[in-house]
Amino acid sequence: MNKIEHRWLELRHFDELAAQDSLIHQLHPGVKVVTTLLFIVMVASFSKYELVGLFPMFIYPAFLIGLGNIPVAILLKRVLLTLPFVLFIGIFNPFLDQATYAYIGSFAVSGGLISFISILLRFTLSVSATLLLVATTSMDAIGLALSKLRVPRIIVIQILFMYRYIYVLIEEVMKTIRAHSLRAPYRNGVGFKVWGSLVGLLLLRTLDRAQRIYQAMMCRGFDGQVRIMRSWKIRTGDIAFLVVWTVFFVLVRLVNIPHWLGRMLLGGFS
Amino acid sequence: MHMADALISPAVGSAMWVVTAGLISYSAKKVKKEIDDKKIPLMGVMGAFIFAVQMINFSIPATGSSGHLGGAMILAILLGPYTAFLTMASILTIQALFFADGGLLALGCNIFNLGFFPCFIAYPLLYKKIVGDQITKQRIAIGASLAAVIGLQLGAFGVVVETFLSGISELPFTTFLIVMQSIHLAIGLVEGLVTTAVILFIFKERAEIIQGFPSGKTLGNLSLKPILTIMLVVALVTGGMLSWFASGDPDGLEWSVTKVTGLEELEAPEGIYGVLADLQNKVAIFPDYNFRDTNQAAGEPSSGQEAPAWAAVDSGLSTAGVVGSILTLVVAGGIGKLLQIVHRRHKKFAH
Repeated sequence: MNKIEHRWLELRHFDELAAQDSLIHQLHPGVKVVTTLLFIVMVASFSKYELVGLFPMFIYPAFLIGLGNIPVAILLKRVLLTLPFVLFIGIFNPFLDQATYAYIGSFAVSGGLISFISILLRFTLSVSATLLLVATTSMDAIGLALSKLRVPRIIVIQILFMYRYIYVLIEEVMKTIRAHSLRAPYRNGVGFKVWGSLVGLLLLRTLDRAQRIYQAMMCRGFDGQVRIMRSWKIRTGDIAFLVVWTVFFVLVRLVNIPHWLGRMLLGGFS
Repeated sequence: MHMADALISPAVGSAMWVVTAGLISYSAKKVKKEIDDKKIPLMGVMGAFIFAVQMINFSIPATGSSGHLGGAMILAILLGPYTAFLTMASILTIQALFFADGGLLALGCNIFNLGFFPCFIAYPLLYKKIVGDQITKQRIAIGASLAAVIGLQLGAFGVVVETFLSGISELPFTTFLIVMQSIHLAIGLVEGLVTTAVILFIFKERAEIIQGFPSGKTLGNLSLKPILTIMLVVALVTGGMLSWFASGDPDGLEWSVTKVTGLEELEAPEGIYGVLADLQNKVAIFPDYNFRDTNQAAGEPSSGQEAPAWAAVDSGLSTAGVVGSILTLVVAGGIGKLLQIVHRRHKKFAH
């Protein structure tokens, strides 16, 4: 199976997950978007050498995974697949910053190693929070949340429209690439000479499709406005969700909870 | 290449969000004025098209490797800069959401790097100038290639500056710059070649799409004034952040958003630690254990310390830290597992 099919399946998978009906799925989408953003900003705001203090942040994704009924595997897969860039940038930290930062027993640990591991932790946290947002919230609901958050209407409509057609176009590209690879086997990608005509033809077909869609929309009375049908009311539970997590994030940011816990447990021994 | 949330500081992330949000609402206004309702499905479908085409691998002649398309230049040439910018923004948003390419905090950076530079710099200043009114194959080829390469070079430069300003990576500025610019020169060449090939094909098959697409030249034109204003804002924001960066701790260690925004972060833990210390005195195995000694260590290192900052923070990684971390993770996992059970119960009763 090639990359396109993988991505297509993944999108489908998220769509299915978002269509579930758990307590998390029932939350107001705006609340989830805001909480996710807050979480990511909080994670990013930790000091560069923070390791231990970051761990309590894992409670938030764990909460969503549990209550939202989301399989961990799909998150882990994405984390691993998007890792390379972060690794590429972060891997140099241990080599460039060799000043001793701490001792574990008699081992000296360099600051670079700490900050590198910290990068990996931040990465895992922010990636899983983002994916959990789309796994528990349908795209329409996110669109609604965005327009409630005063994102210009045209961009909300654009995102929703695009999301709707991604499936169609990926399927089309998938078919084209399959046809190409059957006729030109054992090649690493589409050859130089056919770049233009392969993508160009797809493009022409896409433009024709846009034309047909436009006509179909006109037939159904399209007047340039896209109206989002579903409306959500903010309930007490939504506000509680936002407030509790905000307080939690701030608390975790200000107090190094694991450190404190450890001290408490080991109290007399250290 | 996408900036990632893990490598960015909140200051840089939110500054770029502000800049990008400004650009988006400006473009949205522009597009709204000029748009006929035909454009709405066109933008959506073109966005989906670029999204799908980005997944095609193009084999690079004589190297055995393959690359893929960014697509901003194709969009700019076909739709004009404003519409192209909005379309790129939506593509990057979907990628950030579903494929975790980049991330939500870094989204502003990514839209700026991969949307602003090609649509508002490379397209009007290179492609438009080179192609001019007399559209020929050669001009398209040179214009599209050059614009794609330069657009990507600027984008890569953006990544380097944003990473550097965030201060999470240790990479020295110049080394990182040289590496990124040269990698992106190669990527940009492929981008340029693919863009050229596609645009030339369209030019051959349906020239009208490129010459006057979709209804007139209005969308292709771009006044420089707003662009210059935006560049000025970017320069100010960047300059402002740099000066904060410089005026902080010399080794830039503690540079974090709380410092940048001037919040009195060090004050806050005192109260909480006081309460916690009391609590801890009550529950710890040895009540007279001195919590105060570690309170500096657990929080942010204070800026006025004589000793190197290293010593101040290290106990975060002491045995207690390790034990506490494991415990926290177990708790997090436990909460997840427990909630899963709750969810199943809930489901059972619901049916």
